[in-house]
Amino acid sequence: MIWHSMLGQQCGFRDGDMERIYLDYGSSKPIDPRVLELVRRYLEHNYGNPSSLHSVGLEAKRALEEARAKIAELINGENERTIIFTGSATEANNLAIKGAALRNIGKGKEVAASTIEHISVLNSMKELQKNGFILNLIPVDSTGIVGLEKLDKALTKNTTVTSIMYANNEIGTIEPIREISKIVHDKGLYLHVDATAAAGYIPIDVQADGIDLLTLSSNDLYGPHGAGALYVKPGVKLQPVLLGGGQERGFRSGTENLFAIAGMGQAARIAKDEMSQEADRLKGVRDKLIKEILTIEGSYLTGHRTHRLPNHASFRFNHIEGESILLNMDMHNIQVSTGSACSSKTLEPSHVLLAIGLKHEEAHGSMVLTLGRSNKMEEIPTIVKAVEETVERLRKLSPLSK
Amino acid sequence: MDQIGYSKKVMEHFMNPRNVGTIEDPDGHGKVGNPVCGDLMEMFIKIKKEVITDIKFQTFGCGSAIATSSMVTELAKGMHVDEAMKLTRSDVASELDGLPPQKMHCSNLAADALHEAVKDYKSKKKTTGKGSKRPRKDSRQSKR
Repeated sequence: MIWHSMLGQQCGFRDGDMERIYLDYGSSKPIDPRVLELVRRYLEHNYGNPSSLHSVGLEAKRALEEARAKIAELINGENERTIIFTGSATEANNLAIKGAALRNIGKGKEVAASTIEHISVLNSMKELQKNGFILNLIPVDSTGIVGLEKLDKALTKNTTVTSIMYANNEIGTIEPIREISKIVHDKGLYLHVDATAAAGYIPIDVQADGIDLLTLSSNDLYGPHGAGALYVKPGVKLQPVLLGGGQERGFRSGTENLFAIAGMGQAARIAKDEMSQEADRLKGVRDKLIKEILTIEGSYLTGHRTHRLPNHASFRFNHIEGESILLNMDMHNIQVSTGSACSSKTLEPSHVLLAIGLKHEEAHGSMVLTLGRSNKMEEIPTIVKAVEETVERLRKLSPLSK
Repeated sequence: MDQIGYSKKVMEHFMNPRNVGTIEDPDGHGKVGNPVCGDLMEMFIKIKKEVITDIKFQTFGCGSAIATSSMVTELAKGMHVDEAMKLTRSDVASELDGLPPQKMHCSNLAADALHEAVKDYKSKKKTTGKGSKRPRKDSRQSKR
């Protein structure tokens, strides 16, 4: 805040504190105050190890199982035993893919994923590939929807794990998971679904959707960082990635991060209760935001217009670069995200934007807005004004907009 | 410790870049980078008696690409062309109180764009004889 007001004044912006408008809920969310209250209680008082047999340990064990049940409820898992806690969604993706592929190596050595999967999915798949597996990458169309015919063609009876995300974090596109599930189960063995971006925004029913393995993240549900979960359908064969004392029914060793897990459970309960109302509210904000931003010349929506997460609005702008957009918006105290190369550690533009067919120079100019609980309709004029100013200023600097 | 984020000076140049624009009929013009890579810089210079009297830039790129371009123009203004050729990327970066390691190539590009503009000026001078003779041919100059 100090940084913004100081630099804002130095750089000739309006003086005084600009109200923060946080539009990067996809990157990180604040913890829900109701969850925080519970988490604080666990940090202060419930220090037991769920593996200990004494009363303090049993109390911890009870909390762990309660959280498990709440998470199973959110996604309509068969029972609480279907939930395995991990340290993150990345870890859950690693466990699902490597764990299932290696455990079922006798059934085949082929795996498949869409080209727009999260990097933790793609890198897990690539590690398998290095170790002799065949990796089939399934292309998506220009809106980010997985090509069902291409999926059908790519899968064989040797395909043990196919990983397709419920919804994409960079372009917001929701995949037709039920149709995908049918194709996967006609041909191959297991469908893994990374639901990190989708959970809490759209209803997920692992049984009706036909999902074998599903990844969830605590923070993406407004829970604390440091917890993730993997749903494992009863009967699905998996081997652990982390070895040790055999916690989580042997699938994930390591003492459970109880406060984060309890927080994740509470966050899942709140998400289940409030999701539909919050999703409707955010859809309204999202649609207005998309409509207004697209009035800017040379601006385009990325991802699908309607098969889209209710909190997701992503764009690209001609002739300007995403990191500059991010920095300039931050000067208005509005936090956004970008798939530009300059903002990444690899200096490569987002693989998702390239996968939907954007040229490199187009992919550099992306801006991703992910809405959350604090965002309101009343913020839209301020946001749109800031985007207009940002685009106009950067285009004046750009040799491409001649 | 590696620098985290940008220095205040980088942000200040990013928000208020100096010498933005183009020069009609420049004595030297340099263009480096490629929109495919995410950075493209153009420099335009005016030279009088081997001194850079005016300089303008246009940049497509990230925050440090814009800030380093701005800084280079500020450093180069009033500089002898031979001195300008000696400006290095570390000169540019240190004038901006440093850059995150993965952004050092941006400062390289900005210095390169300036060098390309000076080289362009020198090659024009060679082929047209412009430059050393120009002051005498300049009508405004002879009126004084």
